Amino acid sequence: MLTDTDLQAIWLTVRLAGITTLILFIIGTPIAWWLARTRSWWKGPCGAVVALPLVLPPSVLGFYLLLAMGPNGPVGQLTQSLGLGTLPFTFWGLVVASVFYSLPFMVQPLQNAFEAIGERPLEVAATLRASPLDTFFSVVLPLARPGFVTAGILSFAHTVGEFGVVLMIGGNIPGVTRVASVQIYDHVEAMEYADAHRLSAVMLAFSFAVLLAMYLRRDKPRREA
Amino acid sequence: MDGIEVRCKLAWPGFTLDVDLTLPGNGITALFGHSGSGKTTLLRCLAGLERAQPGRVVFKGQTWQDEKTWRPTHQRPIGYVFQEASLFAHLNVLDNLRFGQKRSGSSGRVSLDAAIELLGIGHLLERKPDALSGGERQRVGIARALAVGPEILLMDEPLAALDLKRKQEILPYLERLHDELEIPVIYVSHSPDEVARLADHIVALDGGRVIAHGPLAETLARIDLPIRLGEDAGVVLDACVGAIDEAWHLARVDFPGGSLWTRDNGLPAGRRVRVRVLARDVSLAIGDTGPSSIQNCLDGRVESLAADDHPGLLLVRVAVGDSLLVARLTRRSADQLGIVPGLPVRVQVKSVALME
Repeated sequence: MLTDTDLQAIWLTVRLAGITTLILFIIGTPIAWWLARTRSWWKGPCGAVVALPLVLPPSVLGFYLLLAMGPNGPVGQLTQSLGLGTLPFTFWGLVVASVFYSLPFMVQPLQNAFEAIGERPLEVAATLRASPLDTFFSVVLPLARPGFVTAGILSFAHTVGEFGVVLMIGGNIPGVTRVASVQIYDHVEAMEYADAHRLSAVMLAFSFAVLLAMYLRRDKPRREA
Repeated sequence: MDGIEVRCKLAWPGFTLDVDLTLPGNGITALFGHSGSGKTTLLRCLAGLERAQPGRVVFKGQTWQDEKTWRPTHQRPIGYVFQEASLFAHLNVLDNLRFGQKRSGSSGRVSLDAAIELLGIGHLLERKPDALSGGERQRVGIARALAVGPEILLMDEPLAALDLKRKQEILPYLERLHDELEIPVIYVSHSPDEVARLADHIVALDGGRVIAHGPLAETLARIDLPIRLGEDAGVVLDACVGAIDEAWHLARVDFPGGSLWTRDNGLPAGRRVRVRVLARDVSLAIGDTGPSSIQNCLDGRVESLAADDHPGLLLVRVAVGDSLLVARLTRRSADQLGIVPGLPVRVQVKSVALME
């Protein structure tokens, strides 16, 4: 069955994806809300920046993040002056990189959900004495719930599947940055095909289950009020 | 002090709203006009959903908007009914009703129960909005707006999205609002029938400007600027069923200045009704006319004459007691009869429409 290092890699992957998704909920929600509501000229450029990780080779993203977070990069200088050292080749470095890498998978479903709600429920809430913040929590969040579920699943699954960025930022340190996808790569490099098979099968099953859950949800008939 | 001052200028591509008027602080005021006349935009300015620049809204002495002030929608003591009920899909009927009531902090409980009773939705409270019919949804929407205990009710074509049957289902509730509500209601509509039935005052809008406003009967009787409710000029009289003639199936409606006989619709004597009299159904005669099939003959006095749309036609405003009627004549007959202001005439009314 799976070896201890395999299990360690899986646990690390789940932890990375979980923390990343949590952080993405917190920073992705306001970004998506702004993108859904703004009429500013900046909507286009900002939307494009958020979507960049969709098309950029992960190694390119990883390279720039490495430079930024390295000892001479702006982020690196900041973390050093705060006494945190530098982020590359640490777990938290991976988290930062994953947040960037999976950002579109959080923001885009949320943005779509917010846009689908439209102006009307917000206006109704205002005429019923709800302040904008109150409206967000009591009307927008419940109405956008399916969007949040989709965004969470996609962000989590996409972070689980990352490889290039991890290799650039995290390297391959067991228990710290060696996630499942890197572990598989290691197995293959070492010609341990049986081990690679087992871990790959786990990943395959996981990915399929996630997507199946999402598609089943989507097909559930919903009636409009 | 008692009224609602509203002044707003708004310019969008292809549309400008330029309004400066004082709306009465009681009764139902209809904002009437074609689509694109600016009536909904004006209502949204009152609600704070649209911000006119420059704009000024002073509600019974409270400034909601001027150069320095902007009270956002959620801080205005309004109730707002949207064209589509726009209920929150994630809440059941009761929670929809309580959404605003909870937040208004006023004597909420009373207004909630009263609203449920007034709109007859007590049996729907546990349902989700998608399990309601269109008419039920709109009733819940109206009750929800009332449950916040508003000081003014703003209604944006609450019936426009409904079919005729649903309209008939809701209109009686709106008439109850009219009778039982003490707060002013601003009612946006393009339906002549709704305006004739419900409104006490009318603001007629066209192309973003007010073309006439005032009490309904008085404004409809203006012939210098005929405000058409529908295809034809005419007036609306507040009346009361005075007597029923069961043998002939007729009902007599009394209005200030006279009475008219019409078909008996089964309304009891004493019931307040509205009567709509179209200019094309009113003719004028001088002196005794002898036998005629027209039963309704009233004594009146010509007040004024004005041109109608067609060069061959005239509109004549006639005072009958304290009420005003408008008659449409051909220019030739007016000339032959010698119709001039001040002339006593016999007013023959061929048909009237009774609005409960």
